[in-house]
Amino acid sequence: MIKLVDVHKSFNGQKVLDGLDLEIETGKITVIIGRSGGGKSVLLKHIIGLIRPDRGEVLVEGVDITRLNDRRLNDIRKNFGMLFQDAALFDSMTVGENVAFPLNEHTRLKRRQIDEIVRQKLLQVGLRDVAHKMPSELSGGMRKRVGLARAMALDPKVILFDEPTTGLDPITADAIDRLIVDTQKHTKATCVAISHDIESTFKIADAVAMIYHGKIIVSGTPDAVKASEVPALQQFIQRKAEGPIMNHHVLDM
Amino acid sequence: MIKFIETVGRGLIRFVEEFGLVMFLFLAALVWMLRPPLRLRAVLKQMEFVGVDSLLVVILTGTFTGGVLAFQAYHGFRLFSAESLVGSTVALSMTRELGPVLTSLMVTGRAGSAMAAELGTMRVTEQIDALYTMACNPIKYLVVPRIIAGVLMLPVLTIIADFAGIIGGYLVGVGLLDINSGIYVAKMIEIVELDDIFNGLIKSACFGLILSLVGCYKGFYTSGGAEGVGKATTQAVVVASVSIFISDYFLTAAMF
Repeated sequence: MIKLVDVHKSFNGQKVLDGLDLEIETGKITVIIGRSGGGKSVLLKHIIGLIRPDRGEVLVEGVDITRLNDRRLNDIRKNFGMLFQDAALFDSMTVGENVAFPLNEHTRLKRRQIDEIVRQKLLQVGLRDVAHKMPSELSGGMRKRVGLARAMALDPKVILFDEPTTGLDPITADAIDRLIVDTQKHTKATCVAISHDIESTFKIADAVAMIYHGKIIVSGTPDAVKASEVPALQQFIQRKAEGPIMNHHVLDM
Repeated sequence: MIKFIETVGRGLIRFVEEFGLVMFLFLAALVWMLRPPLRLRAVLKQMEFVGVDSLLVVILTGTFTGGVLAFQAYHGFRLFSAESLVGSTVALSMTRELGPVLTSLMVTGRAGSAMAAELGTMRVTEQIDALYTMACNPIKYLVVPRIIAGVLMLPVLTIIADFAGIIGGYLVGVGLLDINSGIYVAKMIEIVELDDIFNGLIKSACFGLILSLVGCYKGFYTSGGAEGVGKATTQAVVVASVSIFISDYFLTAAMF
């Protein structure tokens, strides 16, 4: 289980997370919504230890990862996979080498076994015969699929998604949404996504949380969140320019 | 006046901050260098990039520098009939000074800039973050092989540049200016000592460290998208080149 307790983070004196509390259920898809620049990415990076909080705890299975040294943090990270917004594939490597990378780094499997796992993972994300291609030869949607295959290479218990549908056309975005749901069903992994895509969020989420002013202001099942009367949330999900969010300064990160 | 002091102070603070970060990166790289595995493949790939791929440019630079030195020295020495010293002058200049410095500057332009651009692009496209999330330290994976390649390959390239410069000087001195071949070579062997070559190689190893460390530092801490990568690349070349000249003075003062 992942739990964030009273997490504070500022950059150059600007508060991004301000006493944020969040509990993420194991084996479910949790989507964190909020405005662009509202601290969603920063929150996600706290969960995998890419950013350390100024104050507060990030508990992963009861262990506060903010206090761990690099070696122990890396042990925890081996249970995580992360799909970056633009996939962050290594552009000097082929697609196959990208997916094989975590396996080469952290397992003692033989070349043939690794090739087989790479083939399987690529098939799982709906890709065939692309292992020899370079990332630059792929479309945005395909790159995300490869990124997901790489994130799943070590069969992680937790998969993090950084705005999985941003920048994709509606059809590809829907395909990626389905892929996330299928992946979760198949792997039983805990999935955490950040998004400002309302339609996609309510399509895939088992739980939704909204971040606003550095705090989680609403969280719960999609239905409960939709029914919530918090004005900022309603303004956000109804896509209205006027409302409390415009009246307050939104953190620009 | 206060504004001037403020500007100077701010510049000084920035310099100290940046110097601290460079040293931090250097120490982190040293620590990771000692931790197995060595990642020989990555090191060899960088050695090929820094060394083998720079060969042509270094040979051309060395040859023509040696040639022009011979020309200039000849015109000066002819005034007091010391043409026989052209060979030794070319060889001494190349091995002590021009070989290490020019090689390092050429490699800075070629490889140091590429290091900053490559790591900078990896930073802004989150590839460096991706390495962290895959429990793989980017300093070990990206910085260490580049620094090892810089320190090992620069002396090798310098030897080649020295040799090319001596050949260039010989071709001009003996071939074009009709200096006696035997005297040209004999004087060179008589005056140039092994220490001249050796100290030049130590300098070039230091320059190799500087150019790879600065290139990696500028790339590793890039921010601000494509524009940031462009800035990092330019700064890497400027900072590394100036640092090479400054450290050259101090190293030379300490050695010779």
